[in-house]
Amino acid sequence: MSLFGKPKYSTIKTDTPAEDKKVKIPVGIFDKCKGCEEYYHKDEWKKFIEVCPHCGYHRQLSAQQRIELLTDAGSFKEVDSNLISVDILKFEGVASYADKLEQNIRKTGLNDAIVCGVAALNGIEYAIGVMDFRFLGASMGSVVGEKVARITEIATEKGIPLVIVTASGGARMYEGMFSLMQMAKTSGALERHKEKNLPYIVIMTNPTTAGVTASYASLGSVMLAEPQALIGFAGPRVIKDTTQATLPEGFQTSEFLLKKGLIDRVTPRAQLRHELGLLLEYTTTTNPGIKIKAPKKKKQ
Amino acid sequence: MSNVVLDFEKPISELELKVKELQSLSDLNDIDVSEEISVLTKKLEETKKLVYSNLSAWQRVQLARHPNRPYTLDYVERIFTDYIQLHGDRRYAEDAAIVGGFAKLDGKPVMIIGTQKGRNIKDNVYRNFGCPHPEGYRKAMRLMELADASNVPIISFIDTPGAYPGIASEERHVGEAIAVNLRDMFKLSVPVLAIVIGEGGSGGALGIGIGNKILIMEHAYYSVITPEGCAAILWKDRAFSSKAAESLKLTSSELLKLEIVDEVIPEPIGGAHYNYDQAAALLKKAIIKNLDALCSKTAGELKEERYQKYRHIGKFTEVKEKEEALPPPADEEKEKSEKE
Repeated sequence: MSLFGKPKYSTIKTDTPAEDKKVKIPVGIFDKCKGCEEYYHKDEWKKFIEVCPHCGYHRQLSAQQRIELLTDAGSFKEVDSNLISVDILKFEGVASYADKLEQNIRKTGLNDAIVCGVAALNGIEYAIGVMDFRFLGASMGSVVGEKVARITEIATEKGIPLVIVTASGGARMYEGMFSLMQMAKTSGALERHKEKNLPYIVIMTNPTTAGVTASYASLGSVMLAEPQALIGFAGPRVIKDTTQATLPEGFQTSEFLLKKGLIDRVTPRAQLRHELGLLLEYTTTTNPGIKIKAPKKKKQ
Repeated sequence: MSNVVLDFEKPISELELKVKELQSLSDLNDIDVSEEISVLTKKLEETKKLVYSNLSAWQRVQLARHPNRPYTLDYVERIFTDYIQLHGDRRYAEDAAIVGGFAKLDGKPVMIIGTQKGRNIKDNVYRNFGCPHPEGYRKAMRLMELADASNVPIISFIDTPGAYPGIASEERHVGEAIAVNLRDMFKLSVPVLAIVIGEGGSGGALGIGIGNKILIMEHAYYSVITPEGCAAILWKDRAFSSKAAESLKLTSSELLKLEIVDEVIPEPIGGAHYNYDQAAALLKKAIIKNLDALCSKTAGELKEERYQKYRHIGKFTEVKEKEEALPPPADEEKEKSEKE
């Protein structure tokens, strides 16, 4: 029998209809990757820190997951979790703002779109704010602005670094001009932090846009971004509609902004903790502005 | 200047036309119609008052965008002397959508910064419809730092639909340019007066708008998003722009009530476009009054007041710890699976 002979029968692969495939996957237990459409079990996603092992797509993390990723176990002490937005303008949209707030509080278990606190990484104390996109698209209203300002002031007061993990659809329209003015408030607080030569590290995640991009997200002394995150001031659709231009390949992604010189590094999530640790070490160890030094013990 | 008449201005322009016709009729035929004219003029004034005191938010937005409305440089030439315009951001380009330079206000030096719209198509191409690129913001900051070093107060005129949403603008980081201005304007040791004279278009306006005082002209607006943009996002339909304008509370009187702005500068009846000189005179009066008050303060006071002003903008409630509206985290999973 010849080794390279023709098989007697040729086989034809038939695709099972797409609908059949869907039915086989239990809803809520397996999640599809938005990047490559692979399915993974919920627990697997957690294990992968929400990064697809097949295509590297970074899914959004909740604030709590993010804090676990970036802090020493048990070191995080939350502040200002008791701030709640109010419908100051009595905004009449399709749904009322008050209803939206209630829905989102119930959905996320958070009181607003950012979680702030003081924590440590490798023993280095720092202030951290993490935006959670699940809460009204992490839009910035009075509460987000106030919490960013307060955590910045805490960092300035204590003489410690500040880290903010950004994700946001922009200003919260429901609060009108109050939301726009949060851009000023947060930037002002950062000016006082910077004046003391204290490091401010921004980690941009998908998506970071509009009012947040045009304020504290762009003011880091070091700026990192997760791969393939959408980062920009105006949304791609607005740009397309206004200018009728064809947008370049990969426009407004982390990689694009690395090339254009805005951000320092594109850092995959798996390396984030390591890189943040290094940056905190470099910017604090010999910095005379830092009031709280890491205890001098060897890293585990 | 174009002959644009907005819908709600029609009764006024009709009356104006009648007065003019009557006038020319009397001139031609040598008839005395002064009585009729004075009746009509009186009626005209009344109609104007009626129309302009009952404008909807959306109509005010139209007025703020009126193509005949005075722009930054129209005011500059009427209020100041010896204006010397300075150009360029020293990094990439000159952006004509933002103008700036030294000038004298009753003999005293000031620094002027302002967004500038164009009056016709050619002019608007040059001015990019008053929509700055990053270079405009960087130039503005450079000039403000120059003013700071020279101990000269800064007056910022705001009239822009917003920062330009374009590829080049993003490639050169307009978000970062605005952010740096927002931060660094808090460093300035000189008085800063921010005045919205027409359109206060979101971050693009705020990017030159961190002041010790924020003033707004009567028919100007200041908003986090354009009514059209808001309608497109919330209602998925731009036809709801009027409703969005109402909801956003963007008019001068609403903003004063909400304490976002410190003062509303009155305009001539019918709006600044009816009488540039009068509008400029009213604006000048407000500028002088506010600058006089600010100039007596020390650098430290000015910085601290500016910081505290913005630090206190925002409305929220602070519930007591531990009795928050937080549901137990277990609910989250439930909600999620229910949704899915």
